[in-house]
Amino acid sequence: MAVKQLKEKVGQVLEKYQRDKSALIDILHDTQSEIGYLPKEALEEVGQGLGVPLSRVYSVATFFKAFSLKPRGRHLINVCLGTACHVRGADKVLEQMEKELGIKTGANTPDLKFTLETVRCVGACALGPMVIIGEDYHGEMTPEKVSEVLKNYS
Amino acid sequence: MVKLTINGRDIKAAEGTTILYAARENNIYIPTLCSNEAVAPYGACRLCLVEIKTARGRERLVTSCIYLVEEGLNVQTDTEKIRKIRRMLLELLLARCPDSEVVQDLAKKAGLDKTRFVEQTGNNKCILCANCARTCEEVVGVAAISLAKRGVEREMTTPFSEDFSEACIGCGSCSYSCPTGAISMEDKNSTRVIKWPHNTMEFKLKKCSVCGQYWAPEKQIEYIAKISGTPISDYDKCPDCRE
Amino acid sequence: MAKLKSPGELEALRSSILKKRDPDKPCITVCNGTGCQAYGSKSIMAAFQDEVKKQNLGAKVDVKAIGCPGFCERGTLVVIKPKDIFYQRVRVKDVPEILSETIGKGNVVNRLLYTDRTTNVKVTREGEVPFYKRQMRLIIGNNGLIDPTSIDDYLAIGGYTALAKALKMSPEQIIDEVKKSGLRGRGGAGFPTGNKWETTRKAHGDTKYVICNADEGDPGAFMDRSLVEGNPHSVLEGMIIGAYAIGSHEGYIYVRNEYPLAVRHMRIAIEQAEAYGLLGENILGSGFSFNIKIKRGGGAFVCGESTALMASLEGRVGEPRAKYIHTSEQGLWGKPSNLNNVETWANVPLIINRGGDWYAKIGTKGSKGTKIFALVGNISNTGLVEVPMGTTLREIVFDIGGGIPKGRKFKAVQTGGPSGGMIPESLLDLPVDFDELTRAGSMMGSGGMIVMDDKTCMVDMARYYTTFLEGESCGKCLPCREGLRQMKYILDGITEGRGKEGDIGLLEELSATLIDASLCALGNTAPNPVMSTIRHFRDEYEAHIKEKKCPAGVCTFEAVKVK
Repeated sequence: MAVKQLKEKVGQVLEKYQRDKSALIDILHDTQSEIGYLPKEALEEVGQGLGVPLSRVYSVATFFKAFSLKPRGRHLINVCLGTACHVRGADKVLEQMEKELGIKTGANTPDLKFTLETVRCVGACALGPMVIIGEDYHGEMTPEKVSEVLKNYS
Repeated sequence: MVKLTINGRDIKAAEGTTILYAARENNIYIPTLCSNEAVAPYGACRLCLVEIKTARGRERLVTSCIYLVEEGLNVQTDTEKIRKIRRMLLELLLARCPDSEVVQDLAKKAGLDKTRFVEQTGNNKCILCANCARTCEEVVGVAAISLAKRGVEREMTTPFSEDFSEACIGCGSCSYSCPTGAISMEDKNSTRVIKWPHNTMEFKLKKCSVCGQYWAPEKQIEYIAKISGTPISDYDKCPDCRE
Repeated sequence: MAKLKSPGELEALRSSILKKRDPDKPCITVCNGTGCQAYGSKSIMAAFQDEVKKQNLGAKVDVKAIGCPGFCERGTLVVIKPKDIFYQRVRVKDVPEILSETIGKGNVVNRLLYTDRTTNVKVTREGEVPFYKRQMRLIIGNNGLIDPTSIDDYLAIGGYTALAKALKMSPEQIIDEVKKSGLRGRGGAGFPTGNKWETTRKAHGDTKYVICNADEGDPGAFMDRSLVEGNPHSVLEGMIIGAYAIGSHEGYIYVRNEYPLAVRHMRIAIEQAEAYGLLGENILGSGFSFNIKIKRGGGAFVCGESTALMASLEGRVGEPRAKYIHTSEQGLWGKPSNLNNVETWANVPLIINRGGDWYAKIGTKGSKGTKIFALVGNISNTGLVEVPMGTTLREIVFDIGGGIPKGRKFKAVQTGGPSGGMIPESLLDLPVDFDELTRAGSMMGSGGMIVMDDKTCMVDMARYYTTFLEGESCGKCLPCREGLRQMKYILDGITEGRGKEGDIGLLEELSATLIDASLCALGNTAPNPVMSTIRHFRDEYEAHIKEKKCPAGVCTFEAVKVK
């Protein structure tokens, strides 16, 4: 994304929250959904726009799990590691997912198709182990089902 | 003035004083690493925990660098329970920063010479007390460095972990305020080098127009000129050469 | 819609809404909670709407998306009112038949009914399903009656009557009523709600804040999400009453960003309440004004801790601070602040409507009212369960939850979230309330209840929770950050076959330090999983350490075998 376009987008988000310093987390959420992640330039823009030191913006952006400072793949895979999913074998699903994609949790596939992450409970415990890809919920996952499910995404 | 007892001694302290400072004023030793009078209390290292009994009879453990003195308070700074907690905290610190002489000395004082825990590498003496970052924000007012990430991944760093910070003026307050010597600062001719646990940054120093000594980072001088509203030409000479 | 200017206008609106509704007209309710959405309830809802058009049934039936009624195991749930015909595990392909048979001809579709496993009898009505029958669904029950995006639906079931009543009472009277009810905070600590309100009311200062914690962070718990998703107005109504009693004019709802539907529904509810004059300036003409803003969390379990939550509301890192001065005196921006969680707020309208004395009759001596639990894990009936305080674990797990599936045996139930504790079979007859759970070495927490069968390794569970907590520790204080790191190393070692003598003792020493020395409740309670498993399942630790064996067959010790 061109810097000019990025600045415009951040500017719109800042206006939406009336440049309210206390809305920093909401602003970072909206900036991330506009750009896909939080590039350095966006964080600098947010800091300047709010009059908040860049070090604090950086602290907040790296403290909360929702934010990514790296580009993410087209499809975000979240393997639920909530307790209900854990006792039903979620870690085996995650292991298979890492094997299938050839990446570690937190990384992107080299073609930027997938990003693999974990989430700590989405509250769909009846269907655990649960894998969420984009907005799709895939319940009752097993290691065997992993490759089948991934085939649905291009 | 508030009347209280520490380790059985009757003590008077001004209202609003923390237990830690009341103790210090009376030469009662309480160990601490993260306490710093120049900035707001933080309570991260937990070494200064003491046992208290309030006038109403409530007993608990509190952080003496935060808890304020109150009338009739009974403080114990060196009970068996406290010693046990401190030993364990120091054992954890020894594992975090095996190379820190300050931690080793404190541990020795507590009768501890090694840790049973897995020793870490790469923390470079930093115990994450945030003294540097708090001083940088609260005293200097530039907030160039901060604690980033969370939990066990936490680190004291410049934004984006770069060897650069736009905001940093090279004043070195972080280095002065660090209790474990994790931040070094060295002036060599025209350059100042500050080494943080994970970043290094160089600063150009200004030369005095009279004596020729390099006396302060240019960025710091610019910053001082800006906040004090004085012209930059006022800073051509070092303080010694000014009348 | 003009703003309502008096309680009388509210009542007039209510009657006009009810007059327009035919209580005998069938209404198909489809659960649209996140759980059922995962089963595909959105397409079922769409299919119903299409099919109603196709079969030309628009005049004969309404279709409504409702919030989670609780029986997640059997989703997608469809209930047909007013007869309460209960269809479970409904799929898109079932939709035409439901419409043509049940709505068209008045026949019940047998294969979609729930079969009572003990009697093998098919159950037709929702209220007769054993899972529901043994509950007392004072709070969650309303989820099944309303479209959460419709304030008129909420008004139709008597919504905001408590607010109208409260505005005629004095703040002191309201606080007395809440104190009398014995309501204790549902977020975990169980602090008496009335007392908290009173302290905040009496605290100095004109600016005071009322905050709702909807940052439900316990893995395996989704009570609060379901309330915000399914009945957001009940939470708002509770907050407005609380704000009036406390003397606050500004409120915040801190919602987990991972709950997009909850955020959406709460936003809609706030707009609607504002449009009706139930929120905003001069509420119902009373002269009392109160505004609420939503703020999203960033994904940090520690923000369940009140000072961390408030730091995050201020736009800072979610780091707790020492609470020698309570947040009710110095909270958000240093002002007196009253924080309660979603379920606590949702209980308030009920207490005002029915009275504190009535409420106090439900529950045990020290814990009043009902509690919603998320019953999950190795359990036949996963779902949300609301029971009076004092119900035994056995009743919840076996009578309501239907016991353990796959013919396996019960081993333990974990309550209180990641920093709660394991409760073994020998304590199954424990009446569940704040004090009893604490006595058993666990805690109430926010209401997660994770059931584990005999194929669950307790050391692995301790490792799981410790890993979770290590990842969620903010890192500010030394014992929590470094202590959890080392605890995890030790537990990794034990579960990978590298356990050594002395490990249990070291875990116990570390636990004691975390309890005593940590800055906040996350660190103070973090050793619970380790301590409660050592207390009740010490033999499993010993088998791992001494015999390099995992009795449950979970830990594989691969690293050791290679050597």
